[in-house]
Amino acid sequence: MARFPHRIAALAVLSCSTSVWAGASDPQEFTQIERGRYLSILSDCTSCHTVPDSGQPFAGGRAIETPFGNIVAPNITPDPETGIAAWSDEQFDAAVRHGVGRDGSKLYPAMPYNTYTKMSRDDVLAIRAYLNTVTPVRNAVIVNTLPFPFNIRASLGVWNTLYFKDGEYQPNPAQSTEWNRGAFLVDGPAHCGACHTPKTALGGDKADRYLQGTYLQGWSAPDITGDARLGLGHWSNEDVVAYLKSGHNRVTAATGPMGEVVALSTAKMTDRDLVAIATYLKSLPGRSQSPSVLPADDPAMVAGAAIYRDQCSACHGLEGRGVNELFPSISDSSMVRSDDPTTSIRLVLRGARSVQTRSQETGPGMPSYGKQLNDAEVAAVLTYVRNSWGSAATSVTPMEVSKVRSDTALRPD
Amino acid sequence: MAKRLPKKDVVIIGLGWTGSIMANELTDEGLEVMAIERGPWRDSPTDFSPTYMQDELRYRIRHELFARPEQMTFTFRNKMDQTALPIRSWGAFMPPNGVGGGGVHWNGEMWRFLPSDFVLKTHLTQRYGTSFLPEDMTIQDWGITYDELEPFYDRFEYTCGTSGTAGNLRGQIMEGGNPFEGPRSRPYPTPAQPQPFSHTLFAKAARELGYKPFPQPSGNLSTAYTNPLGMKMGPCTYCGFCEWFGCANYSKASPQTTILPHLIRKDNFSARANSEVLRIEVDKTGKRATGVVFVDASGEEWEQPADLVILSAFSIFNVQLLLHSKIGKPYDPVANVGTVGRNYSHQTVSSVNGFFDPKKYNFNPFIGSGSIGMCVDEFNGDNFDHGPHGFVGGGYIGQVQTGARPIESTLVPPGTPSWGAEWKQTVKHYYLSTVKPGTGVHGGFYSYRDIYLDLDPTYKDRFGRSLMRITMDLKPNEIKQNKFLTDKFAEIIKTMGAEKIAPAYRTAPYDITTYQTTHINGGAVMGTDPNTSVVNRYLQSWDVSNLFVLGASAFPQNPGYNPTLTVGALAYWAADAIRTKYLQSPGRLVDG
Amino acid sequence: MHRRAVLAGAAYLIFRGSRAHATTILDHLPWTPNAGNPPDPVTLGPWVYFTSDEGRTIEALADQIIPPDPETPGGKDAGCAVYLDRQLAGPYGRQEGLYVRPPFMKGMKNQGHQSEKGPAQEYREFLAAFDKASKLQFGGKPFFELQTEDQHRFLKDIEGEKVKLDGVDGKAFFAQIVKDMQMGFFADPLYGGNRDMVAWKMIGFPGARYNYLDWVGRHNEKFPLPPVGLTGRAEWNTRAQR
Repeated sequence: MARFPHRIAALAVLSCSTSVWAGASDPQEFTQIERGRYLSILSDCTSCHTVPDSGQPFAGGRAIETPFGNIVAPNITPDPETGIAAWSDEQFDAAVRHGVGRDGSKLYPAMPYNTYTKMSRDDVLAIRAYLNTVTPVRNAVIVNTLPFPFNIRASLGVWNTLYFKDGEYQPNPAQSTEWNRGAFLVDGPAHCGACHTPKTALGGDKADRYLQGTYLQGWSAPDITGDARLGLGHWSNEDVVAYLKSGHNRVTAATGPMGEVVALSTAKMTDRDLVAIATYLKSLPGRSQSPSVLPADDPAMVAGAAIYRDQCSACHGLEGRGVNELFPSISDSSMVRSDDPTTSIRLVLRGARSVQTRSQETGPGMPSYGKQLNDAEVAAVLTYVRNSWGSAATSVTPMEVSKVRSDTALRPD
Repeated sequence: MAKRLPKKDVVIIGLGWTGSIMANELTDEGLEVMAIERGPWRDSPTDFSPTYMQDELRYRIRHELFARPEQMTFTFRNKMDQTALPIRSWGAFMPPNGVGGGGVHWNGEMWRFLPSDFVLKTHLTQRYGTSFLPEDMTIQDWGITYDELEPFYDRFEYTCGTSGTAGNLRGQIMEGGNPFEGPRSRPYPTPAQPQPFSHTLFAKAARELGYKPFPQPSGNLSTAYTNPLGMKMGPCTYCGFCEWFGCANYSKASPQTTILPHLIRKDNFSARANSEVLRIEVDKTGKRATGVVFVDASGEEWEQPADLVILSAFSIFNVQLLLHSKIGKPYDPVANVGTVGRNYSHQTVSSVNGFFDPKKYNFNPFIGSGSIGMCVDEFNGDNFDHGPHGFVGGGYIGQVQTGARPIESTLVPPGTPSWGAEWKQTVKHYYLSTVKPGTGVHGGFYSYRDIYLDLDPTYKDRFGRSLMRITMDLKPNEIKQNKFLTDKFAEIIKTMGAEKIAPAYRTAPYDITTYQTTHINGGAVMGTDPNTSVVNRYLQSWDVSNLFVLGASAFPQNPGYNPTLTVGALAYWAADAIRTKYLQSPGRLVDG
Repeated sequence: MHRRAVLAGAAYLIFRGSRAHATTILDHLPWTPNAGNPPDPVTLGPWVYFTSDEGRTIEALADQIIPPDPETPGGKDAGCAVYLDRQLAGPYGRQEGLYVRPPFMKGMKNQGHQSEKGPAQEYREFLAAFDKASKLQFGGKPFFELQTEDQHRFLKDIEGEKVKLDGVDGKAFFAQIVKDMQMGFFADPLYGGNRDMVAWKMIGFPGARYNYLDWVGRHNEKFPLPPVGLTGRAEWNTRAQR
């Protein structure tokens, strides 16, 4: 019984669109669908809209963590009842680029419409054309899961006024084509700032700290500007490209949420786009000031040196240099020096598995030290590596370690 | 009643070295491959973590990574007229268990066999005459030559990133390598490991005595390495917790570090861990395997049908499964008929410990790796004239000191009490200046009519199947060989400057209680004659043409080298035969 | 949560399952946070396996086998008896994992241990026979109350089979105790023996280290770092620096 209306609806969609081929894009046309597929990779739609390992791409149901509670991503497969088959192109575009839902209500900016706005209408319709080809999945997702008062969508009007600049990407004529492409990607579909830019209390971007790193979901996303100490200043373009393409480069490896971004999105981007992203990111000015390095006879440094030699040096080497594309180079890692040490603490406590991609299949893992080392010991060894081999950063306190330990205790990832 | 699973193209029994090699080759051919492993999945950052791997009690003494006798064991006797009794707790050898198999906790010693080893019967008969060989010795030629296997030796060495110095490069003898080795087509993929102090002293003494020492070819890598599959490995850090232990920093070659991360990403590969194969099923004709029956950890039985069965469960388990599956004719030593269980062998190992003056020598013996060593090969195989000595075979000898974990390495010279104040003082005195090579003498073990495997009449395993029975003893030939080698080795240790030496010869009767090596071989040997071999030269069963049996079970006798490099090379060789010959035209590859 | 617990729940771990409703379907290397199976250090306290008298006997034996001297504690203070107590109370004592199916027949020495009894039971029987023999020889005194010289001589007599134990092969069993005491002495401190790594300090074993790359080439030089166990060393503690 349910099947026939579905087929008729699909046919209806088809017949509506085939008549507008001349002059406008045809959603059935091969290059349109391919373009849309690539744009959906750039936008990483699958990561929010797909429950991992479910075998049901874009069927929604995945909970997205926000500072205000969890939001569940809806089903964007072309299912007529529980998906978006019945949406018009205008409605789809309004959602993706303007943050307006089908019934006119505002979308939460967990859906990064504030960056997707940089894409063009043609881009979005291409994405739609691609989404129309994925397997329709019947999956009714309850999207309103935020607690009061955040479940009142009307308040988003205020948020939009403060933080949403509607409009397509405008190329900067003073910069190269490559730079502009990178800026479009980073500021637009790839929405790197969603994770890497610090947020205000209302959850909007702190514009003056763009891409300078922040805490989220139990991790600290690092600074990805061209800052020499905390960002990509010492990475060549090749380093950035290698990292995004394979998850590994001569300095470090992607794990956790970034590992997922690499596997689902950046590993599938073209090399040219990756170079463009590298060019843009490295052009962003750094702003960090180096604190003075902790003296080697500081008690935490002495204890940390002992722990490092006895344990960490097994993989990361006696001078913190790691092994190329196998064990991250702590001495070179800007992430290790981050103001917010959450990621470093978390990796030491829980261990990690770096991402496997087609060009880097080894997927080396870091063991978990949470049982062997107490909070003071973790703090000492991190303080030590943050202040050795040419690095300088604030020390890590046992209290910070304890907080990450309890924050992450129940996390499955 | 076993539940039937969807059919696969290939089922692989045991996911150790040979299983992983074959799985990778056959999935590259596009086949759907299912591997079934008795033990658990094992993985470097979780199971071999440097937070707790360095635990001698847990991993060396209680041998946690190995199979448990309760899971599977054997009965043992020296002679046919004795009653075999169960090996209730491991001693002379320790079978592996789990994904990666012995490849997880091996030393990493990667030796090629000599060209003469592969044609041993012909070679020795030609040189010394038939009457020089003991009457009950049943050595035979392998059916394959060194030259045929050479490209596959190379393949496995490059998969592992073996560290070494070539001794014979395309016929040219190279300084610093093993002058006796067969010709290799190209150098080792990574340079030889740097050697600790006592090893360099050994080399110096060996040179003084006229030998040509060389670094042992090692699967503990000297530098970071990327293998042909793109797997990345790190440099060995000489932790001294190598053999018996998993490697915590990706620097020991194992299926985990060289193949599995690549293999596991393939759509056409799947694996089941914690599942034990009970038998290989054959059809009514008895000539074709239809799949396997296995039991999972809950005790449920499953049938996995397949077109091609690869038996790669580790040498001795291979023979056991053939017997339980009633494939091939079991060997009867009295009537001298049958092949399954015939020509079983071990290794003839011994050592000499050297005690040096601690005021002059500090060896830092705890710095080592499983395969580090300086060796001489003058007395291996037929590298010397055996005529005056009255035995055949030989082995390499070397200072192969893999570390100095204290439970095992707190030795005292002979005559010292084994407990009390003097013991304590002597241990303290000599610990840092003891040379303790482990298996400094690594001799061959040839095959004999009454050294074999069959099914025990009394004892059963947890499934009610008969345990396999090992009948094995040390023969005069091997005892003589060992005395000769051990004395040569002792001479070098003395020349090094030891103030006391303690040779420990290998003597009869063969003792199942103290550890020797886990190089147990044979029982399903390869050859050209179906009357004296279980598999043909491609490791294909003579009886069941869609069954290949990989591993050291194929060795007709054991030369004086560690087996793994040859085991892996043979797996690549068999995979090549399957890919280029068998799949094109399934059936017997060799007329028998 | 330990990985083992996760696996125990699943009957098998399937990679790329062949069944539509397989338990786990993965196409990447598995990982869970806090994965691994680190050992739990022994906690000090009352005997877990030994009775009070048995414990005192083992302590006395420990001090005979590894006597105290001015530089290094003996077996008792090094915790060897604690080590053995916890081992016998655990899987080793129960001979877990060994093949213990019947029939049990006496074989040749080189065919190995053929008894139904595991180490825990055998120790109990030995200690009973040992105590009995000591009381017989020394006017009702248990071994742990004897003078050191008498203890030493008694052990030598057992080793030399001048004193026989009732129902137990005293010589063979004493050899086993020597081994067990020395094992406890040299094992990682978390097992109860080698307290404060005294045995490792005595011989100069640097412990559970993993990287000696800078020392392979330094021949005939003393390695300077103190030993470290699986539970660390004093220098890991920041307070120790003050």
